Order: sequence, then structure tokens, then C-alpha cells
Amino acid sequence: MVLSKKLKQRVGILAVVFTALMGFGSAALSDNHGGKHERAIGANAGDACVKETSWMRRNHMELLKHDRDRTLRQGIRPVEGSIKGCVDCHANKNDQGAFIPVDAEGEFCSGCHTYTAVSLDCFECHATKPDVSRVKRAGK
Amino acid sequence: MSKDENRSEQQAHEAQVVDAARRRFLGQAAGATAIIAPGVTLMTIAQADSGAAAEGASSAKRWGMLVDTNKCETGCNDCVDACQQENGWGAGSSDEGLSDSRQKAQWIRTVTVRDKETKHTTQLPMMCQHCEEPPCVNVCPTGASMKRADGIVLVDKHICIGCRYCMMACPYKARSFIHESLHDQKSHAPRGKGTVESCTMCVHRVDRGDQPACVERCDKGAMMFGDLNDPNSQISRKLARVSSTQIRADLGTKPSIRYSGI
Ligand code: HEC
Ligand code: HEC
Ligand code: HEC
Repeated sequence: MVLSKKLKQRVGILAVVFTALMGFGSAALSDNHGGKHERAIGANAGDACVKETSWMRRNHMELLKHDRDRTLRQGIRPVEGSIKGCVDCHANKNDQGAFIPVDAEGEFCSGCHTYTAVSLDCFECHATKPDVSRVKRAGK
Repeated sequence: MSKDENRSEQQAHEAQVVDAARRRFLGQAAGATAIIAPGVTLMTIAQADSGAAAEGASSAKRWGMLVDTNKCETGCNDCVDACQQENGWGAGSSDEGLSDSRQKAQWIRTVTVRDKETKHTTQLPMMCQHCEEPPCVNVCPTGASMKRADGIVLVDKHICIGCRYCMMACPYKARSFIHESLHDQKSHAPRGKGTVESCTMCVHRVDRGDQPACVERCDKGAMMFGDLNDPNSQISRKLARVSSTQIRADLGTKPSIRYSGI
């Protein structure tokens, strides 16, 4: 009984957090791109993420950290939580058609992270733009 | 360890309960934004260029190389160039402008050995020897220096703290340290300041069934790559036929890279 009460409380708190999260997610994106939602999500994003959007919003960090070990240490590829995959889909293009780094100010990953004061070290090593040839080949 | 497991089980259970409630909540409140249908997992670009390695590296294989030094031409630098282009270090990259040549990245280099008596010189490529008993792995305090099930020795840069013990432990001088911030890395070869790196035997290529870039580039036929565990592989058959050595075999590191003609 006590436990379930606690749980209910936690669910309540979480629910509030998520409403906020979803709100600011779209707010941040439309702020930075004058409401051009599609462009903000990424030039090659298609219409769905690797998992449910609402799940991704909450759990992408866990997915990435889980799958990076599977890939690097166990050699398992492809994986859903591929950071290369995120970049391939979520990098936007500028007016000249060149890719903009995903960690540039106001871009897909960093726009939300700046808002939530999350700082990543991933892009000190990982490419921030898709390999053009790779995307072309895969999209053949 | 077991405490941790207990805790994470409990957390997983809690998460499930919370998750169900969350989903209900999202279903009611979020309208079109939250698609509740289960199993919405779509093809990703990464999945589209799927390799053979969906099940991961296996100890049934042991990747190795045989270098025929008789075919390695003095002055030729093709394997080094190929590695640099593939993995985005050294010439042509935006690497380490402030570092000197002793500090710069060096995944593979050519070494010239000279017989003092006959004056005969031999060139050979030197890189991570992917030892079966790697000293770099033994000394690593974090577990970053590691050997995959298929024998490829790597740095897990996610947990590398840059202590450089492995560089000191390696008898082949195969590892280097990144001193400066980098940019424009290759997407398949992430590299960054404060971590150690070395030849990865091009795992990203091997995992999709290709050969390492150096082997593919060498048109002198001096480098052969393959599975040392498979007695019928080209490399195993050649190793059975010609005499070859492991460099500093006396140290007992049991390298996967073998050399013939020295
Ligand atoms: C196949 C292309 C593709 C890949 C790969 C991909 N995404 Fe997505 N992602 C999308 C699309 C499309 C959406 C928007 C879906 C929608 O509108 O419901 C999205 C939405 C998201 C959202 C929610 C954005 C918001 O508005 O709140 C997050 C967070 C996210 N992705 C993170 C990631 C991360 C992290 C990765 C890498 C592990 C990744 N995505 C990989 C296509 C992709
Ligand atoms: C809708 C907002 C949002 C978007 C879009 C988003 N993130 Fe996040 N991300 C977060 C939040 C919030 C956290 C912090 C969660 C926490 O601390 O538990 C986070 C944390 C992370 C972490 C863990 C950081 C760490 O060191 O612990 C990684 C990795 C990450 N995000 C990667 C990405 C990538 C890559 C993208 C773009 C493809 C992306 N995120 C897009 C909100 C977002
Ligand atoms: C010091 C360098 C470095 C940093 C920092 C780093 N990585 Fe990596 N990462 C690597 C290397 C090297 C690989 C192995 C690449 C390969 O074999 O394809 C890798 C592989 C991965 C992979 C699997 C390859 C893929 O994209 O499918 C994921 C996922 C990943 N890293 C996520 C992360 C995340 C998330 C962060 C930040 C929290 C991060 N990495 C920070 C170096 C780094």
C-alpha cells in the first residue's frame, strides 16, 4: 500500500516533468527555426525515429550509452542507439545545401540540450555531420 | 556486484510500473505527439548498410595479418596513406597543428631494419600487433584498453582517462595520445583530445566483411588479412607453408600480426 502510494506520487511528478519536457521540446525547436518544424528535425530524418518519439525524448541517453558498449566492445552493429545514426538523420542543411553540425547552436541536439543545461562530450570525438557518401550509399 | 544487480532489477521493475502509468498519461494528455502503438521500430540508415556482424564479434575467429617483407618496397608509404585517409589522422586531416612529430598520431608507420653485417635493409609496416596477451590491457586501470572476442585490441575511448600507461607498456610503440582538440573526424573513426588510440584493424570495415584499409591498398601484395582460427583461410594456408615470425616473440605477447622474410 505504502509502496503504491509512493509510486503514484512519483508518477504524478514524472507526468508533470514530461508535460514540461514535451512542451519545451517543440517550443525550443520552433523558436529557433521560426516554426519550420520539419527542417529542425533533420534533413534526412524521414518521418519516424528509431523508437517511439515520446520514448526517445525521455530515454535516448540510455539507449546511446547501452548501444555504444555493444558496438565498441562486442562488435554488434547495426544498433538502434547508433550516434552515427542520430547524426545521419538529425543533421539539418543550410540554405546552400551543406550540412550543419548537430551540435551547433540551436540545432537539433544542442537546441534542446542548451535549454535543459545538458552538456555532452560526445562530439569531441564523434562526427557532427553525416558522411555524405555514406548517406547516399545507404539511401540508394 | 550482486548488490548492483539487485538494485537494477528493482529499478527495472519500478520502471515498468511507472512506464505503464506514463503511457496511460501520455495517451490521454499528449494527443497527437505521443504515438502509443507498441513496437514502432523503423529501419534506420545504420541498419540499411547492415554488415555480417549483427551478432557481434565471436571468439570462433581470430583476425590476423601476415606481412611479407620481401614484397614491402623501401620508400613505399601506401599502407600509411590508406590508414590516414580511412581513419582521418595525419596528412590531409586537421590534426594536431601544435604538436611535434614525436607527439602526433601514429596508427601505423614504416620501419626500416638494417642488417649490420650485410648492409641489407628491409622495410616493414609497424602497428598494433593485436596481441593475444596484450600488456596494454593488463596495465589499464579502467578497462578501456581491451581485446574483443575476435582478438582485435582496441581502446574504449568512452572510458579512457588518458593516463597513457598502455603507451608505456606497449613494446611495439603502437599507441599515441591526442594532445589537441580535433574537428572534422570521420564518422566511423571518432577521435578526441585526452585519449589514447592505435590501429583498430579497421573494425568498422571488418565488421561489415571488408579488409582493413592498409591491406586493401597494398598493391605489392605484401599484406594479407584473415582468420587465423580457420585452417582453410588463405592466411592460415600461407602461414602453414612459409616461415614467419612474431616480433619480440620472446616477450610472450603472441601477436596476431606475423612477418615473413625477416
Ligand atoms: C531514421 C532517422 C532517425 C534516426 C536514425 C534517429 N532519429 Fe530521432 N527522430 C527522427 C524523426 C523523424 C523524429 C520526429 C518524429 C515525430 O515527429 O514524431 C525524431 C525525433 C526525435 C526526438 C524527439 C524530438 C522532439 O521533438 O522532442 C529525439 C529526442 C530524437 N529523435 C533523438 C534521436 C537520437 C538520440 C537518435 C540516435 C540514437 C535518433 N534520434 C535517431 C528520425 C530519426
Ligand atoms: C527534446 C530534448 C532533447 C533532444 C532533442 C535531444 N536531447 Fe539528449 N538529452 C536531453 C536531456 C533532458 C538530457 C539529460 C537527461 C538526464 O540527465 O537524465 C539529455 C542527455 C543526453 C545524453 C547523455 C549525456 C550524459 O553525458 O549523460 C546524450 C548522450 C544525449 N542526450 C544525446 C543526444 C543526441 C545525440 C541528440 C540529437 C540526435 C539529442 N540528445 C537530442 C534532451 C534532449
Ligand atoms: C574520446 C572519444 C570519444 C568520445 C568522447 C565519445 N565516443 Fe563514442 N565512440 C568512440 C569510438 C572510438 C568508437 C568506436 C567507433 C567504431 O568502432 O565504429 C565509438 C563508438 C560509439 C558508438 C557506436 C558507434 C555508432 O555510432 O553506432 C556509440 C553509440 C557511441 N560511441 C556513443 C557515444 C556517446 C553517446 C558519447 C557521449 C556521451 C560518446 N560516444 C563519446 C569515441 C568516443
